[in-house]
Amino acid sequence: MPKKNKRGYIINIIGILIVFALLCLLFDTGILGRRTEYMKGLATIGMFSIIMVCSLNLLTGYMGEFSLGHAGFMSVGAYTAGIFTMLLKSKGITVPDLPLFIVSLILGGFVAGVVGIIVGIPALRLRGDYLCIVTVAVAEIIRVVLCNLSIPAITGSSTFSKSFAGIPKIADYHYVFFAMVTSVTIMYMYIRSRYGRAVIAIREDYIAAASSGLNVTKHKVMTFTISAFFAGIAGAIYALSITSLLPTYFNFSKSSEFLAMVIMGGSGSMTGSIVAAPILSALPQIISYVNADFASYRMLIYAVLLVLVMIFKPSGLFGNYEFSLTRVVDKVLGKGKGGATVNEGGKKDE
Amino acid sequence: MLKVSNLNVHYGVIHAINDVTIEVPDGQIVTLIGANGAGKTTILHTITGLKKATDGSVLWNDTELTKVPAHKIVTLGMAHVPEGRHVFANMTVQENLEMGAFAGKNKEENAAMLKEVYERFPRLKERYRQYAGTLSGGEQQMLAVGRALMSRPKILLMDEPSMGLSPILVQEIFDIIKELHKQGLTILLVEQNARMALSVADTGYVLETGHIKMKDDAKALLENDEVRRAYLGV
Repeated sequence: MPKKNKRGYIINIIGILIVFALLCLLFDTGILGRRTEYMKGLATIGMFSIIMVCSLNLLTGYMGEFSLGHAGFMSVGAYTAGIFTMLLKSKGITVPDLPLFIVSLILGGFVAGVVGIIVGIPALRLRGDYLCIVTVAVAEIIRVVLCNLSIPAITGSSTFSKSFAGIPKIADYHYVFFAMVTSVTIMYMYIRSRYGRAVIAIREDYIAAASSGLNVTKHKVMTFTISAFFAGIAGAIYALSITSLLPTYFNFSKSSEFLAMVIMGGSGSMTGSIVAAPILSALPQIISYVNADFASYRMLIYAVLLVLVMIFKPSGLFGNYEFSLTRVVDKVLGKGKGGATVNEGGKKDE
Repeated sequence: MLKVSNLNVHYGVIHAINDVTIEVPDGQIVTLIGANGAGKTTILHTITGLKKATDGSVLWNDTELTKVPAHKIVTLGMAHVPEGRHVFANMTVQENLEMGAFAGKNKEENAAMLKEVYERFPRLKERYRQYAGTLSGGEQQMLAVGRALMSRPKILLMDEPSMGLSPILVQEIFDIIKELHKQGLTILLVEQNARMALSVADTGYVLETGHIKMKDDAKALLENDEVRRAYLGV
């Protein structure tokens, strides 16, 4: 099997590089003309949405618990990254973009993860609807805290408070792409690991899992924390690409938007999340491009789409199917089925 | 030796288990019979740590189980086959069995055990890639037993293995129980099917609304007039 695995890795890495090359071709050669910047922005939104939706899928699809407050964790990551970079800027410390980007992301994810643990340990004793209500409450608490945030002392300027602008725009799409690939790969590997298996078992049957010797609470808290961590990373990318933060952006309807993406793509399918996230997050932009007055109708379109998906494909567009580049390559090369090689690659974008 | 002494369990204000004492000597089948709601499942859940006892003790080979978290109990050689065939429906048969050995980290040992379970239940081997939810009731019960065996238990706690099965399958499950017993496994069997349970067991306990009503040799209970009237319908 090791040889097989190696081959899978190589195929997937090549797939990822091809997608990356296509993106470069699209944005760096200027074939899009004056729309390049706009499309770059759209791609970046799509990419952090992918991280966000995959992280929520960990909870909804694999752990089987709904979180309606994931935007809360995202905002924690966003504010952490925003404050961190502003702090460095105000102190006059200049750091090259790439290390700053990486550190901000990890910091954003880390703080969101810590919040995830603090919330998760008491909250994950609840299940189903009750947990869902708690996540809504947590997101609201985070939002209200951020709304009343004022820490001028750290930055040395009095203008810095709940909403602020001027975060350095260092989330170049090259970096974001690899941040996304890394995040999604880690989450995918987690699900494929022994721990992921345990989480799925807990979703399948709580009693049987507990009596098989699984530490149910530990696995749930761990998954919740990892999910919060990546939501924080998505938030950090958001902060570093949009450059201004408004606490009211991360409200309940944002959380439910992400949940809608998970469900539409197929809860329990990373592939579904990867496809659904960029399309649905770009939807409002595309609508407003067509007609500016239409932008506010996106929730209506979401609702209709959700209803349609629920009627025609209740498990979401992809169900729990996972796309495997290795499998496709094998098919194209006419190789027979040689065991199930599982890994996903060729992350689709825009 | 499993020794439950003076166990009390509450659900809120409801006193579900009242001063229950049960002994399961090594190598024996002990059965706990009683009607719906008598507290049979609660006792098993308390032994395996899924439910907290109000007071009393559960002693398993010198270890006080009421102080051990549920997920550690499996590593002490105690396996639980939950009521109503709790299998992981959307996982394959093999994955289900592997989950049973989750606590044991030794790969070779787990693989050997898997082989052993497949030998015992050839039907599971035939269906190893099938989703557990698509198995028949009897096969699911076999899977649940197989999964419990994966942790190499010294004692097996079985919760209503005959529930919802046809008479032929009930016979099959009880044959499995006898077979396991012959190989030296200690079994605590909770059953509503009193006749079957008492016919395989060494000792029987009759549980009524949280109290132990009777304790006797299983054969003697089968002959007991009160038991016959109340549980055997004769």
